[in-house]
Amino acid sequence: MDRRRRFQRIGLFEVCNTLLMLAVCFITLYPMWFVLVNSLNSPQQAMLGTVNWFPKELSLASYSVVLNDKSLMHGFYITTLRTVIATVVHVLFTAIVAYGLSKSNLVGRKVYLKIALITMLFSGGLIPTFILMTKLGLYNNFWVFIIPAMYSFFNMVIFMSFFRTIPDSLEESAKVDGASDYGVLFRIVLPNSMAVIATIALFSAVYNWNDYYQGVIYIRSQDLLPMQTILYKIIAENSMSFMQQQAMAQFGARLPGNSIKFASMMVATLPILVFYPFIQRYLVKGVMIGAIKG
Amino acid sequence: MFQNRTGQIKTFFRQWQLQSMVIPGIIWMIIFCYLPMLWLIIAFMDFSIARPMLESPFVGLKHFQAFLTDDRFWRSIRNTLGMSSIKLVLGFPIPILFALMLNEIRSIRFKRTVQTISYLPHFIAWTIFGGIMLNWLGEGGMINQLMMALGLQEREILFNSEPSYFWWITYFSDTLKETGWGAIIYIAAMAGIDPGLYEAAELDGANRWKRMWHITIQSIRPTIAILFILAVSGILGSNFEQIFMLKNNMNLKMAESLDLYIYNMGLVSGRHSFSTAVLFARSIVALGLLFLANYTSKKLTGDSIY
Repeated sequence: MDRRRRFQRIGLFEVCNTLLMLAVCFITLYPMWFVLVNSLNSPQQAMLGTVNWFPKELSLASYSVVLNDKSLMHGFYITTLRTVIATVVHVLFTAIVAYGLSKSNLVGRKVYLKIALITMLFSGGLIPTFILMTKLGLYNNFWVFIIPAMYSFFNMVIFMSFFRTIPDSLEESAKVDGASDYGVLFRIVLPNSMAVIATIALFSAVYNWNDYYQGVIYIRSQDLLPMQTILYKIIAENSMSFMQQQAMAQFGARLPGNSIKFASMMVATLPILVFYPFIQRYLVKGVMIGAIKG
Repeated sequence: MFQNRTGQIKTFFRQWQLQSMVIPGIIWMIIFCYLPMLWLIIAFMDFSIARPMLESPFVGLKHFQAFLTDDRFWRSIRNTLGMSSIKLVLGFPIPILFALMLNEIRSIRFKRTVQTISYLPHFIAWTIFGGIMLNWLGEGGMINQLMMALGLQEREILFNSEPSYFWWITYFSDTLKETGWGAIIYIAAMAGIDPGLYEAAELDGANRWKRMWHITIQSIRPTIAILFILAVSGILGSNFEQIFMLKNNMNLKMAESLDLYIYNMGLVSGRHSFSTAVLFARSIVALGLLFLANYTSKKLTGDSIY
């Protein structure tokens, strides 16, 4: 009797906990579902307001507006270019610095590490950084997305601690075979560090893809605006681009801004939703490496 | 000593390959981290971007006095502390609770699926997430529909134009977006707990709650302490991307955080020196807070960052 009651209590807990976790999943996924169904809702229906569960009439009209909008699509191109270049440069540069610093016989290592550590604690902050970028000619320049994002102390520490787990004998045997330090790094160390490279590439790519406020601060020219900055203007400032206004006029102003907004949001998020499941498996491993050290 | 020096110099040149890997990094740091620190000096000047820095006149603490008597500055302090306190008190425990409950799930596959799904919003841009919030909170939005259906309000409220709701909007949207991600570090810490501890406790008759309390929580306590110290020292900061997205002219008086104030004064109004003075003062206070939180935590729990 007593045993059975205890068993039932545990069962009840399990049921409640499972329900709770399902609720968490629902709450997490629902916002994305909401964007999807509203982007697919037909313009006529969208005029009546947003839908919560299913589109009243399926339609791709909003997508055709977004995909034909020159400024948004140019923003998509700038964002893609920025994300690819910035991620490759960040991973390579940070890994190379980390590899050098992971060698304990490096002359000046203590000084280098101190210089690096201080950057973690102190920083100039928004205004001095802004002035510096202006003086360096990076204001309103595509390279403002790449060069200041080349390096991060935190990611360097993750790389460093990972490199130290690679057995020395591997590197030594390559050295005996006559490989230079660069040879060892590119042929032995980096190919054995794919998990950490994938994680840091993911973080860097997501940051560069999602960032809108570098674009708000440093970019004036329409031709250099990343997609998220354009989205910010459409959503938060409610300013439609010329093309969108024209498209709306074509629909006899029957196409409300809302469905365009949601379709743009979907286009801006799709790459993340597509790549996320592939990279996800590296994520936990990579974050654990970071969590243990950081 | 002298020999040692020349020896080091020789080794330095023999290591030129390794050195050529590290030195560009150091140069990058000097340009992008140390030079901005040098530019902090304009807090004590009447700086103008049009002329070289050293030609700007020194004005001492003028800008510091100016912001201390600015009502808008104190308002931004209040807003920052308000939003941070809500996030600290009501937000900090949520990822811990989520991690605890997730840890009790037996099925590994279900656990992993929930975990994967819960991270997802962290990877969605604030433009998207903020856009959803703005829609839900607006006219005809979901919150209004829900509240009216439940009979909690009679007519539509434009929640995002109502300043008094702003702090709660930032809290709820942040919780919605970041809970799963915030739990990751606790889940990692829980994965490292020795299963033998649980078995021993079960033999001693500890029930589920007791095991959770005495083993799981106790084991992740250092992690909690470190994250709490960091959260406390970050109390003068705010999530700029979130607030910048959700703010508007109607709610600005509750939305303008210290970050946004520095941005508005410096980059919108062009008062570079004034804004830098605020920034300077904030950095010093934040550093003090870090030491204070660390010291207090060390005294109370024995856990600290250093």
